Amino acid sequence: MSAPSPQHPAIRLENVRLSFGDRLVLKDISLNIPAGQVTAIMGPSGCGKTTVLKLITGQLQPDCGRVWVGDVCVNELSGRALKAFRRNIGVLLQNGALFTDLTCFDNVALPLREHSNLPETLLHHLVLLKLETVGLRGAADMYPRNLSGGMNRRVATARAMALDPAIMLYDEPFAGLDPISLGVALRLIREINKARSITSVVVTHDIDQVPKLAHHACLLADGVVVAEGPPDALRDSDNALIRQFMRGGSDGPVSFHYPAESAAMEFLGREVAP
Amino acid sequence: MSQHLLQPLQAIGQAVMFLLRALAHMRLTRYQVGETLRQVYFAGVRSLVIIVTCGFFVGLVLTLQTYDTLTRFGAADAASTVLALSLFRELGPVLTAILFAGRAGTSITAEIGLMRATEQLDALDLMAIDPLERIVQPRLLAGLIAVPALVLVFNTTAILGGVFYAVFLMGNDPVSFWGSMQASVELGRDFGHGMLKSVAFGLLASWLAVYFGWSAKPTSEGVALATTQTVIATAISVLIIDFVLSAFML
Repeated sequence: MSAPSPQHPAIRLENVRLSFGDRLVLKDISLNIPAGQVTAIMGPSGCGKTTVLKLITGQLQPDCGRVWVGDVCVNELSGRALKAFRRNIGVLLQNGALFTDLTCFDNVALPLREHSNLPETLLHHLVLLKLETVGLRGAADMYPRNLSGGMNRRVATARAMALDPAIMLYDEPFAGLDPISLGVALRLIREINKARSITSVVVTHDIDQVPKLAHHACLLADGVVVAEGPPDALRDSDNALIRQFMRGGSDGPVSFHYPAESAAMEFLGREVAP
Repeated sequence: MSQHLLQPLQAIGQAVMFLLRALAHMRLTRYQVGETLRQVYFAGVRSLVIIVTCGFFVGLVLTLQTYDTLTRFGAADAASTVLALSLFRELGPVLTAILFAGRAGTSITAEIGLMRATEQLDALDLMAIDPLERIVQPRLLAGLIAVPALVLVFNTTAILGGVFYAVFLMGNDPVSFWGSMQASVELGRDFGHGMLKSVAFGLLASWLAVYFGWSAKPTSEGVALATTQTVIATAISVLIIDFVLSAFML
C-alpha cells in the first residue's frame, strides 16, 4: 500500500519500560505512530505487541517512560480523565468480546446509550448505519452465538467505532479467519481508516497482509523495536531477525526450540560427540 | 508461618477493598434499576425451586425429629414452637444463604469470571463504561434483595412441611399447632432478628460471589476455582457471622 505523505505522530512512546514481575517485556522502547495512517505492529508471540496497545489505552502503566496520544500523556490520566480519553479510542479486542446476552444491535448501541442522550429513533438509525458499514445490518437482531467468529469481530468493529473515535486499535484482527473473512476484515480496516481519516494501529502476525494493509510497520522482538518503516522496506531488509520474521523462517535469531538441556542428555543421559 | 497468617488476612483485605470500591461506584439510574430487577429474577426467582423443595423437607424432618423426641416427654405441642424458633432465628437465614450461594452465587461468579476471561470486562472499560457500576452493582443489590425474600419463602414452606407432618400425617390438632407457635414467637426478637441476619447474609453471599468472579484468573481452571471458593467462603463466613450476630442479638 503506498504511503501517504509523512505526518506528525498521533501516538508516541518515549523510552517506555514495562515488566511483569521479573520479566522485562518492553526495554525502554520509543515508537512513533503516524497520524492518519495504518500502522502494523508485528513481532513474535510474547514480544509485547498487545502490551503496547494496552499502554496506549491506559490499561497498563509503564514502569518508566511516557505514552503520548496527541498532546495527552496517557500514563498521567486516571478516573474521569481516562474515561473521557477512552471515548476517543476504539479498540477491537482479540476475540471481539461481544456481550453474549445482548443482540448485535444492542452491543453496538451500548456505548451510544451510555455516552449520549440521542433519541431512540436516531440511535436506531445510527446503529444500523454502523452495522451496514460492516455488512451486518441484516444480523442486527441476532445474538453473537449465532454468528461466525469473523462476523463477531465485524460486529465488534462496528461497536468500537460507534462513538466515531479518532484512533482505532485492532488486536490480531486476522487471527483464525478464513480467506474470505480475512479479505473482508482487511478491506474494512482500510476503508474505515480512509473514510474517517483516522489513525489505525493493527497488531498482527499476518506478514502477507501487512503490505496490503499498512502504510507503516514496526517490528518488535525481545522487548525492543527492531525495525520500523514502510512494510516493503522491512521485507527487503538484510537484518537476520527481520528477514526471519518477514519470511516466516524457523531457523534464525528466534529459535524454534524453547531453551532446554540438549536432547542427547535428556534421552541418553550423556552428551554425544557431533 | 507468618505467610500462612498473612495470606488469609490479605485476601480478606482485598475483598473488603473491592466491596468499598463497588459501593463507591454505585449509581442510581433507570438502567441500574432495570438491571437490578433482572438480576433479582435470575438470582432470586430462579432459586425458588431449590428453596421451596429444601424448605419443605427441612420443615418436615425437623418436625419429625422434634415431635418424636418431645412426645417422650409429653410435650408434643411444643414441636411447632421448636420448628418456628429454629427456622426464624437460625435455619431459615443460614440455610437459605448457603443454598443461594450454591445456586445463584456460583452462577454469578462463573458469569463474571467468564466475562473476565473473554475480555468483556476489558471491553466495557475500553468503552469508558465502568464495569463495577454496570456488572457488579446490580448483582450485589440483587443478592441483598433476593436473600431476605427467599428466607421468607424458605420459612413459609418449612412451616408448611411441619404442618404436613404434625397435622396431616400424625393427626395433631391444627389449632394447638398454630396456637403454640403464635404464642412463642416474638415479632421483633425472633422474626425480626432472623430477617436482619438474612439481609447481612444476602450482602455477604452476593459480595463474595461478585468478588470471586471479579478476581478469577481468566482461564477455565481459574473460573472453576472461583466458583468453588464462592461456595466454601460463603458457607464458612455465613456460619461464623451467624454465631457473632446470634451472640449480639440474644
